[in-house]
Order: sequence, then C-alpha cells, then structure tokens
Amino acid sequence: MATPQTLEQFQQKCAAVLRPGLRKNKELERFRVSVKNGNALAADGPRGPKPRHAFSKRNIFIYGTLFVVAVYYLLPLYVMVVTSLKGMPEIRLGNIFSPPMEITFEPWVKAWATACTGLNCDGLSRGFWNSVRITVPSVILSIAIASVNGYALANWRFKGSELFFTILIVGAFIPYQVMLYPIVIILREIGLYGSLSGLVVVHSIFGMPILTLLFRNYFASLPEELFKAARVDGAGFWSIYLRIMVPMSVPIFVVAVILQITGIWNDFLFGVVYTRPDTYPMTVQLNNIVNSVQGVKEYNVNMAATLLTGLVPLIVYFISGKLFVRGIAAGAVKG
Amino acid sequence: MSATANPSVSIQDLTLNFGIVPVLQSLDLDIAEGEFIVLLGPSGCGKSTLLNCIAGLLDISDGRIFIKGKNVTWEEPKDRGIGMVFQSYALYPQMSVEKNLSFGLKVAGTPKAEIDKRIARAAEILQIEQLLQRKPAALSGGQRQRVAIGRALVRDVDVFLFDEPLSNLDAKLRSELRVEIKRLHQRLANTMIYVTHDQIEAMTLADRIAVMRGGVIQQLDEPQAIYNRPVNRFVAGFIGSPGMNFIEGGLEESGGDWRFGSGDLKVPLSTYVFDQQPVAGPAVFGMRPEHIGLNSGSGWPFSAKVTVDVVEPMGSDTLVWVRLGAQSLSVRVPSERAPKTGSQVEIGFDPMRASLFGEDGNRL
Ligand SMILES: Nc1ncnc2c1ncn2[C@@H]1O[C@H](COP(=O)(O)OP(=O)(O)OP(=O)(O)O)[C@@H](O)[C@H]1O
Ligand SMILES: [Mg+2]
Repeated sequence: MATPQTLEQFQQKCAAVLRPGLRKNKELERFRVSVKNGNALAADGPRGPKPRHAFSKRNIFIYGTLFVVAVYYLLPLYVMVVTSLKGMPEIRLGNIFSPPMEITFEPWVKAWATACTGLNCDGLSRGFWNSVRITVPSVILSIAIASVNGYALANWRFKGSELFFTILIVGAFIPYQVMLYPIVIILREIGLYGSLSGLVVVHSIFGMPILTLLFRNYFASLPEELFKAARVDGAGFWSIYLRIMVPMSVPIFVVAVILQITGIWNDFLFGVVYTRPDTYPMTVQLNNIVNSVQGVKEYNVNMAATLLTGLVPLIVYFISGKLFVRGIAAGAVKG
Repeated sequence: MSATANPSVSIQDLTLNFGIVPVLQSLDLDIAEGEFIVLLGPSGCGKSTLLNCIAGLLDISDGRIFIKGKNVTWEEPKDRGIGMVFQSYALYPQMSVEKNLSFGLKVAGTPKAEIDKRIARAAEILQIEQLLQRKPAALSGGQRQRVAIGRALVRDVDVFLFDEPLSNLDAKLRSELRVEIKRLHQRLANTMIYVTHDQIEAMTLADRIAVMRGGVIQQLDEPQAIYNRPVNRFVAGFIGSPGMNFIEGGLEESGGDWRFGSGDLKVPLSTYVFDQQPVAGPAVFGMRPEHIGLNSGSGWPFSAKVTVDVVEPMGSDTLVWVRLGAQSLSVRVPSERAPKTGSQVEIGFDPMRASLFGEDGNRL
C-alpha cells in the first residue's frame, strides 16, 4: 500500500497498524515519516497510551527467565513438603516428585516431640525454645546498641568517631573462624561459656558492625536540620534519639529485626561452638537429628524437622517483606 | 541606626574553620536590640555558618559571642535565648503541629497551662489555629513555614534566627510571607537575624544589611545606603536587579575638573561626591539601569545619542540595551515608553548617582 492519500486509505492503514503483530515495525515507521512529511492527515497520528504487546520477544524472555528461576528455588521446597507428608513405605517407592497418596502428619509430630538427638528423645521442641531464648534477647540487645552507635556516629561527630567507625567496619570483614577460639577463652574466663547468655553476648557483638553501618547510614540520610532544630529546642542526646530519631526510623528498625532474626535463628557455627547439648539451638539439633547414624534414615521426619526449623525466618519474611525492601532501599541510598 | 550602644547580639573576632578550610575570618558584628539584620551574599559565602555559630550549633575556632550582654560562646543552643527557623522547615514529621510547637517547652519542663497559653498565642499570631492537630505532611509549604516560625515563637526568645526561611516557596507565597514576617517583627520587636540570597527580601525586610563574601562582611549598612553607595564593586554588582552597568576606563584630570574616560567616552564628574581624594589612574564607572534617563529632555550633566540594541520587556518596566561607544549599557524605562530595536535615542544621567571604583575595587 502506498502512502495514504485519502481518508479511506488512511483508515485502512490505521486498522492494519492497530492489529498487533500484523505489520512490521519498519512499515509503521515509514508510515509515521510520511505523515510527518506534510501528509494532510498528520493530526490523526498516534495518540493516547502506546500499545503494549503481551507476547513480545522481550516479555517472553523475561517471564521465561523468571519462571525458570522460580522453579529452581521452589522445586526443592516442593519435594520437602511432599516428602514430609508421606509415610516411609511410600517414600521407599522412590518417586520423590509425586504428591503423597496418603497424607500423614506423623513425621511432623515425631520431628517436633519425639525424634532422638544423641542423648535425649524429646525432638526439636527443646531446640526451638533454646533458639527463642537466644534470638529474642540477642535481637533486642544488638539493635538497641547498634542503633545508638549509628545515631552517635551520624549526628554527634565526637572526637575519634571516624577512627571508631573505621575499626568497626574492619571488624565486619574479619572471618568469624579466626575469632572462635579466643572467644571461647573469654567466655570461659567470665563464666558464660556454654550458657545461653554467652551465646547472646556473642551474637550481639557479631551483629554490631553491619547493624551500626546500617543505622549510621540511615540516620545520616535524615535531614540534618531536624537534628539541629531539636538541639535548639533543648533536647539532649537521649531525648533526640528517643523522641525524634527512633519514631522516624521504623523502616530501618524493621530491616534490622529481620536481618537479626534470620541471621541468629539460622546460625549454626556459634551455636555448636558456644553451647552444650542441653542448650543447643534448633539448627544444631536439626543437624543431629538428620545426621544421626543409628537406625533407618527417616526422610520424612528429617524433611519435617528441616521445615520446622526454617519456619520462623520464613514467617518473618512473609509478614514484613514489603517493609524489608523499602527499608533496605532507604538505608542504601545515602551514605 | 546606631547599633553599638547596647547590642542585643555582639560577635567579636569570630573565626571558624572546617578542618583547614577557613570559612569565617575574624568577623565582627554588633546588632542592636530589636533590629532586623539581613545577612546577604552568594551561595557558599558562610551565611548559614555564621547563623549556626550564633545558634551554638557549630563549635567556633576563635572569638566570642554575646547575646543580651551575656557571653554565650560556650553555651548550649537552648541556653542562648535564640529560636531558629530553617530553610527546610525541619518540622518533626511524626508529631502533630501542636506537638511540634510544644516539644521545646516540654523538654524544658514548662507547666502544661503555660504551654497551652503560649501555643494559643503563637497560633493566633500566625493564624494556624485550625491546623494544630495535623501532621506536617498534611500542610502546604507556607503553612509548614508558619509552624516552623511558631516553634521559635513559643519559646519566647530574645533573638530570632532565620536561615533562608522562604527559599523553598513559590514567588507569590514568598512575597506574602515576607510581609507577614515584617509584620511579625513590628509586633514582637525582637532582634531578628535573617539569612537570604534574595536581595528583594533583604531590601524590604532589613533595618541593616550585611553583605557577605567569602566569610567576610563587605558592607554593613541600611538598604538604601547599600543600594546607592556600595563600598566596593562586589557589593555594587551583587545588589540590584537588573545589575549595575560597569564601564572600565580611567580617571583623568583636566583643568582642575575630574572626569572619567573610556575610549572616546568622557564623563564629567563635577557632581560626583568622592569618598577619597581622587588620583588619576584606572577606574570602573558604575551606573544603575534605573538611574539612566531615556529621551527625557535636557538637564543631564551627561547625555549621548545611541542606538537601541535589544529590548527586554519585564512587565511593568522594560530593559533597553544600548551601545555607547564600545560599551553596552542597560537602561530601565517604564514599559509604555520603551523604544523599538534599532531606533536612535538619547540617554542621559547624573554622575552624582554613579559609583566609581578604583583598581582595588573599592569605592572612590
Ligand atoms: N561541614 C562542612 N565541612 C566543610 N566545609 C563546609 C561544611 N559546611 C559548609 N562548608 C563550607 O563552608 C562554606 C560556607 O557554607 P555555608 O553553608 O555557610 O554557605 P551559605 O552562605 O549558607 O550558602 P547558601 O546560600 O548556599 O546556603 C562553603 O564554602 C561550604 O563549602
Ligand atoms: Mg545556607
């Protein structure tokens, strides 16, 4: 079809162009140019939202990639869930992807209450409560200290604050393994070795660098004039912190809580090094259940135990995922 | 205005360095009780820094600061008897307007009844009574700025410090609030120190203007004096919009009379009042566009025939660019009398209104 000259031709042309996928872009472009070059109907050129094609090459590629990645992450989870709901005879049949023929919660109950870990046979429940007793105080303590640190570093440029900050950041890069044994000695000397409080102290210290950095950057991104206004109003160190800064920083506190809960709950190394069997956190107990050598391997119980252990961070993510992303972005923008 | 008898704020030999960078250097400033001082200067000249030093928000490197006769050099901001209004308002976002206003008083432990009384008074003065329960996010820019002023108002301070309080607002609101601030000053009669780089604000509000540059006060004087008799070329160029015309040339003596020469152009200076004994040598001749007459008949000590180059209408006035010899001059005329581009006109002025600057930039 030549360059449209009459209204009819133009309408035909439009109909052809608007039918997605029928005309090639080149032709559309030629048409546009012809319209631009003084065609009488220029005023009837494209208007309104640009049409988007659901099945463009780009979209297929993007959604395809996302689908593959999602399957990659979700498939193991699926296998775990279905296996944990099967009885042992069904598992022995071998088909790990098939859904359970007969759903049973037996493995979950066993994993929670009666699975044996070395000496005692009261399941994961003991480890769960240990983990709660470790995580809650560690999270509160580390965030309380780190947020005050970050606030002091960002707003009160005291003598040596730069040096202090540098040391803290260097601390974040020292491998944990290097410090394991010295901390054992320190804890033994102050009489906390093997106790839950000892582990709480360790977690609080190791969370400090990254949390302080997080809080410092967030507080530094708040307008400095607010801080000045509060000083002119007569507020001191603590009242500015508690009454001005903290209420403005809910997102970053949420981020810190999530980071700490998942980090501390999932910790294995410190748990296994600094506690005794009766104070083992859930992760260590899980390991002992899964790796226990006596008897048959009860895959369904192992899967259920693993899912139970992972449940807490998972729930925390689901509840606060949105806030998490927002807070990370807010803290990252300015430093 | 005599400022020094019993100053409300007195700054002596104030020096402030950021690390090794000097920002303020041996600055002296005396501000009288109830005076409205405007600190005016280009961006980065140290206006905010000076204000922060007065407020006690920065640790100074040297010098002393007195407020109401008391040496407050080492005092905390809250003990200085100052209230500060910031450019970004700096309202506490999570508190209602009322809480914003009462925060300082609560921190100071003021009784509840007294707090309510002061908030009511401030709200009445600033007409924000109906906004007291709102959060700052639900206020317009002008309302926020009023609340910010209110926060200084309730604290019943001796000295108000404003750091570019209007520069985040649009032009119309700015001129409205400018009038309100002036009214507020007339009503309260507090000492006010006001930072801006808007010269209209400075001219309209100030009892005296301190023009700053590079951490040094260039001229401290009443607005008219700064406008008419700038002490150096920087002040002359900074004040006035559209800016002053400058012609480079030299000072010459002929038969006992001084005149300014630049190429063929000769301007007799018999009416000019010299600040210092003139000597022949290079000089710069400055003339404000509004002090040049266009086709306004005879009687000027200096007049010349010129061609109109460019015409810039600005609403009520029009700026006419003409060529005078090798120089380009702007002339400000009422719009209804604006000539056409390319036409021949006659300009004239009285050198009495001119400013002459020597080689070092200082007024002759
Ligand atoms: N914390 C700081 N560290 C180093 N230099 C600084 C600091 N704060 C300000 N300065 C410098 O001090 C000088 C004066 O800054 P100041 O904020 O007082 O300028 P100003 O006159 O208020 O400018 P504006 O009109 O843009 O607000 C500037 O050159 C600035 O770069
Ligand atoms: Mg400033």
